[in-house]
Amino acid sequence: MDVANKKNIGWYLIFTLPLLIIFTIIVVIPFVIGIYYAFFEWDGINANPKVFVGMENFLTLFSDDRFLRSTWLTVLFTVLSVISVNVVGLAFALLVTSKLKLGNLARTMFFMPYLIGGLILGYIWQFVFLDVFTFVGELLGLESIFFNWLLNENFALFALVFVFTWQMAGYVMIVYIAGIQGIPGELIEASKVDGASKWQRLMRITFPLLMPAFTISLFLTLSYGFKIYDVNLSLTGGGPANATELFAMNIYNEIFGYGNYGYGQAKAILFFVIIAAITLTQVYLTKKREVDM
Amino acid sequence: MHILSKWSREIILILVALVFLSPIYIIFVNSFKTRRELYENALAFPEAFSFQFYTEAMEKMNFFSAFLNSMFVTIVSVLFIVILSSMTAWMLVRSGNRISTIIFMTLIATMLIPFQTLMMPLMQLVTGITANLGIPLYNTLSGLVFMNIGFHAALSVFLYHGFIKSIPISLEEAATIDGASKFGVFWRIIFPILTPITATVMILNVILIWNDFLLPSLTLVDKELRTIPLSVFYFFGEFTIEWNLAMAGLTLTIIPVVIFYILAQKYIIKGIGEGAVK
Repeated sequence: MDVANKKNIGWYLIFTLPLLIIFTIIVVIPFVIGIYYAFFEWDGINANPKVFVGMENFLTLFSDDRFLRSTWLTVLFTVLSVISVNVVGLAFALLVTSKLKLGNLARTMFFMPYLIGGLILGYIWQFVFLDVFTFVGELLGLESIFFNWLLNENFALFALVFVFTWQMAGYVMIVYIAGIQGIPGELIEASKVDGASKWQRLMRITFPLLMPAFTISLFLTLSYGFKIYDVNLSLTGGGPANATELFAMNIYNEIFGYGNYGYGQAKAILFFVIIAAITLTQVYLTKKREVDM
Repeated sequence: MHILSKWSREIILILVALVFLSPIYIIFVNSFKTRRELYENALAFPEAFSFQFYTEAMEKMNFFSAFLNSMFVTIVSVLFIVILSSMTAWMLVRSGNRISTIIFMTLIATMLIPFQTLMMPLMQLVTGITANLGIPLYNTLSGLVFMNIGFHAALSVFLYHGFIKSIPISLEEAATIDGASKFGVFWRIIFPILTPITATVMILNVILIWNDFLLPSLTLVDKELRTIPLSVFYFFGEFTIEWNLAMAGLTLTIIPVVIFYILAQKYIIKGIGEGAVK
């Protein structure tokens, strides 16, 4: 018995240890020392001393205008993005599942941008805003709508929402399609027999039954939106005049740009707390809904 | 109730899809145009197809080297992720003890940590290990692979874990009685059954690793080590933007993605669905 047990422990270690060691080095240890760094003032140069400052880094956050502005912009960006990504994604899902022959082809096309990757998408759209938007504006005489949004402090954030929607709409579409295909066909048939109009079917049957898919998409876009970095970097680079420096970029700049390693890490810890809160709320709500149904 | 005929709805659908993808068309057509043509009308088709900008962009981006680096990092990382996380997940499910539960919960919990929270301490640790222990983690492709395994372990174990729970244990018991070792049972019986979820794990990780920018940008310093996103970034940073050249470069980076998409479309859409809904 003892020998068998030892043998089992041996196998257990052989199977799990390689991954767990790598995981510990890459994720667990950096997370722990990250919390430690957040209580120090340090410029990232090993020869220079780390000065313990206690909670000061966290208190400074609340009087840091650049950071507060960045937080506000991130919230604004995320709210707008969540709405537009979900509206467009749901519309796409309804379109491609409406029993049209070209539905599958359209689905393939709608999903394409997600695969390309945020950095490259941002560069593609830089050109679209620079050249095509101004061209269309002149062509249609709508220069007040179609101009280079990226140069305008108020519009640059909308440009970011626009591109993020382009990237993510196909992704949430996939989630909604799964939801739509899960709706029992008999339910739709029965409502047709009962004389429900298309609009009634959509509002009374499809949407309520899509609630689980809706919750998933909502929080996926919420956490992706909050964490946006690549598109931000390549599309606007945080400009013009810091008007689009969102949370993740602000942290990067604080640490590697300004060299405030300790203070930047305090921001990074706060960032984690916010993301965790958003995600845990999602898990809680999804679980609760599953029980209800 | 049918306001529009079936045909016109088909046409509208495909028009919406075409307009949606028009930025890619714009990048593509303009990559062949001369400067003058480009500024006259960005939407028009080029007068002649000249590949001049492609050769130039390839040279300046060091495209082949970047492509090979990206391929190496992606393939090797995904291979290790599949092997290590499926083995780990199987052990965690089948041993079913308290320690396994704690390990599993820890893995899941770390999925909440955004990359920005880890990047600075990770870089401190990795440069420290490289300098003091002589293990080349920093500024090497294999170091990047090592980090990718760590970062994508949690999601992959999670996906495998869910799938393995649904496999009846009787299969393995029969083989164990026949005297097969754990290793044999896993690779001969379990791993083949895992194929559908392995496809999902591979697809999700390929997309994430291929497109990853921030981690490689922090860890790869040498020019020769750049992956595709890095070379695009420096390409846009180093030269004042010559758009026709830039668009040839962007088209080049999109081509591998499109090929991958065409080849694995079915699995990609299925994989994304499963990965998101889990």
